[in-house]
Amino acid sequence: MLTREQLDKYEMTIGIECHVQLNTRTKLFSGVDNDARDKEPNAVVSPIDYALPGMLPVLNKAAVDKAILAGLALNSKIANVSRFDRKHYFYPDLPKGYQISQMYQPIIGAGHVDVYDPATGEESRVRIEHAHLEEDAGKLTHHGDYSLVDLNRCGTPLIEIVSQPDIHSAVQAKNYVATLHRLMVYAGVTNGDLYHGNMRFDVNISVAPKDSKKLGTRAEIKNLNSFRSVERCAEYEFKRQVELVEKGEKVHQETRGWDEAKQKTTSQRSKEHAQDYRYMPDPDIPPVVLTDEYIAKVGAGLPTMPREYRTGWAGLKLDGSVVESVLDDQDLAKKLTEVLEKSDSKTAARVAHWFTLSAAGDGEQEARTEQVSAQHLIELSQMVERSELSSTGAKEVFLKLNDEKSPRELAKEMNLLQVSDSGEIDRVVEEVLALPEAAQAVADIKAGQDKAIGFLVGLVMKTSKGKANPGVAQKAIRSKLQ
Amino acid sequence: MSEVTKIVDSVRSGKSSAVAEVKAALERAESHTDHHVFISLTEKRALERAKDIDEQVAAGRVVGALAGVPFVVKDNFLAFDGATTAAAKMLEGFETPMQATAVRKLEEQGAICIGKTNLDAFAHGGSTENSYFGPTLNACDKERVAGGSSGGSAVAVALGIVPFALGTDTGGSIRQPASFNGVVGIKPTYGTVSRFGVVAMASSTDVIGCFTKEVEDIELVLSIMAGRDERDGTTLPNPTLQGVALQKQRVGVIKECMGEGVDSEVRELIEQYIEQLKQAGHEVEEISLPMYQYALAIYYIVIPAETCSNLARYDGIRYGYRAGKSLSDVYGKSRDGGFMPENKRRIMIGNYVLSSGFFDAYYMQAEKARTLLINEYNAAFKDFDVLVSPVAPTPAFKLGENTSDPLKMYMADVMTVPPSLAGLPALSVPAGKTKAGLPVGVQLIGKCQDDAKLFSLAKETEK
Repeated sequence: MLTREQLDKYEMTIGIECHVQLNTRTKLFSGVDNDARDKEPNAVVSPIDYALPGMLPVLNKAAVDKAILAGLALNSKIANVSRFDRKHYFYPDLPKGYQISQMYQPIIGAGHVDVYDPATGEESRVRIEHAHLEEDAGKLTHHGDYSLVDLNRCGTPLIEIVSQPDIHSAVQAKNYVATLHRLMVYAGVTNGDLYHGNMRFDVNISVAPKDSKKLGTRAEIKNLNSFRSVERCAEYEFKRQVELVEKGEKVHQETRGWDEAKQKTTSQRSKEHAQDYRYMPDPDIPPVVLTDEYIAKVGAGLPTMPREYRTGWAGLKLDGSVVESVLDDQDLAKKLTEVLEKSDSKTAARVAHWFTLSAAGDGEQEARTEQVSAQHLIELSQMVERSELSSTGAKEVFLKLNDEKSPRELAKEMNLLQVSDSGEIDRVVEEVLALPEAAQAVADIKAGQDKAIGFLVGLVMKTSKGKANPGVAQKAIRSKLQ
Repeated sequence: MSEVTKIVDSVRSGKSSAVAEVKAALERAESHTDHHVFISLTEKRALERAKDIDEQVAAGRVVGALAGVPFVVKDNFLAFDGATTAAAKMLEGFETPMQATAVRKLEEQGAICIGKTNLDAFAHGGSTENSYFGPTLNACDKERVAGGSSGGSAVAVALGIVPFALGTDTGGSIRQPASFNGVVGIKPTYGTVSRFGVVAMASSTDVIGCFTKEVEDIELVLSIMAGRDERDGTTLPNPTLQGVALQKQRVGVIKECMGEGVDSEVRELIEQYIEQLKQAGHEVEEISLPMYQYALAIYYIVIPAETCSNLARYDGIRYGYRAGKSLSDVYGKSRDGGFMPENKRRIMIGNYVLSSGFFDAYYMQAEKARTLLINEYNAAFKDFDVLVSPVAPTPAFKLGENTSDPLKMYMADVMTVPPSLAGLPALSVPAGKTKAGLPVGVQLIGKCQDDAKLFSLAKETEK
């Protein structure tokens, strides 16, 4: 076992390659359906994906446009000229015997991501080395003495985002991939479904003594598919590598895999057995030439990014957790900003808290919330403001809110409108004061212990099923007991 | 009237019929089986299509610009019916689910494909001796090679089996067999005709072209096949391939192709052709293109690189020849058994020049030298409209003469390779015959997309 002191002597350095599946309608080069979810194996495969003789790739313009958006979300320079190259290796998931990628002139140049740490609310910058467009490979499943090939995913457009080795902790690594995920989803370039492999991460990790200027030998952990596994594998690798160094042994440059069940990494392929990919410019695909005007035109469609939302909501004085919960759903973030624009900070803050309720509910709940108009949300908030609805009642109305009925109609229907009519409240107060459990409180108040009035107001609220205006009720109690 | 238009006219007017034309072509094919022109005949489908066209004519419907004209395609075009083999064991019996764009466009105009012709396997070679199905024999001398790799198509036209035939040209595979068999062959500007549906050899120089007896038919056939294809991103929009009125042309004779190593009879015939051009009023001068001496070296680095990449898909997994059981065994045995020795040679060279540590020294250097060659052409075309050279340094050589020496075989490409590397249009037209009766072709090279000018110039001398 390593001691805290031993671990503290070292720093880890992490660079991450992230593959993002683009949500274009068709594949990168073949024009067939790009959505393989819930489809039979090999249901969305064209002769081009299948690599029949004589088939040629033709670049999908929509993928280029998505790459532009992704690049701008990464604060990157978009290349005016980019090209495609062939990366060769033999495996049954790769029908052509090569993957079309961008080795020499990628479409997305250097940029940076400001990584948000939800625990501290602080940001750290990770530089992007470049990002490139490429096609995904198919999928193999192994069954004893035979294997099956599914080429549905083959040809799906990917962008691979390559970071600089600017990450130095497991938490930062997790925050980096989470930030990337949000950026890509917000930019609208991916569905961001981690379960279906829409984003996958290769993590390069090395350790070195803190005062060392030289980086240690790195290991690459391939094909992680969750934020948590990125964090866990970085924690594990840090300890594994420090232990090797402390024992005077060498860290090998190799590819490792993450064993989710055992929560550890295992060696897959050493550098000596590394493939020679024999990269070559792809002569079938003409260079992608993008003018600054075109890039600007496509870029104009880039939606508001999470960071801008955070800044915009600073005046709402929300808890970090509330902000992040709203940001989890881009449509809610958009709506909240609309509410803020059309009303005030207080209203928007109240709506933000309602949104967290919706996020805590089921997906259906969230979808319904997205459809509610900002106007109705503002109206609902105003009803609370005017004491027509208790905050508890407002929450209940919010969860049922839809665009068929106004919040007021709904509150009325749900019998939640607060009663401010003193005659009605007087009647409830009389009823409550006659209750046996009220006796002690009544005696206390009469004895000058005014605090006990809260208990009575509570009883009034309970008896009125939350409808009584607590202020009016309090007044009524006082006048009765005088 | 040209051969093709004669047939179309007689089919349209009812003087002849598509069925009669196709039957006659099939009979001619049968009478020349000893030349081994075909890998397969597509008799049944050809006759059905012919019948269909005749019915349309009888019903008074408008039929296409090539109605009833029989033609053949090199067996590396995906075409109905039957197999597309690329003359390789790897694709023996491989049936295609679709047609090449070029074939489809011709058929839409009523042309009728009657068969698939022989070639060097995967178009690797210059003699059609590398075919898995055995060599095609020269149309004029059965002891000599047809040239290649489009040997079968060249001989089919030379023997008069069909009025036109499709081929592919990566470094001379149309022009050289055209020269060896005494027919016209065009390698159009790169990107003129869609490569979709044609088994790829080297993507940056592969072009689709054709063989005919007369230049006029080349213009007609090529203009039907040409044009932008959304299934090939490298096709050019609106190529102009017909009807250029010719002024006095400035013709440059490439010095590097007229000296040592060129057969004296070949040189004489080319000089006679040049004399004809002068007499027709064109201005002829010699021009030196020093980069020509590197062209073959460039070609045999860049092209094997692209070739090994394009052949990587033949892995025995999804289709084609398969042997072995375990994964690496299937890869090894399928590729070992499915490819010919020349295929393997190019795969080895290609992988070598692309491998880590050699890529910069070979592939990148070759691509840089290729740019210098292109620059040299661009400079030459400031002073000249058309460049002239022989198509090949010799007439057709004897069967087996060069098979043991790949380098000697590659030398046959020395004059056709440079325009391929630059994407230029190049036309091979008959310049006459040697005393032994062997045809010799002259090569006319134009600027990119100046194909029509080559046709006009060649037609003048054809008269």
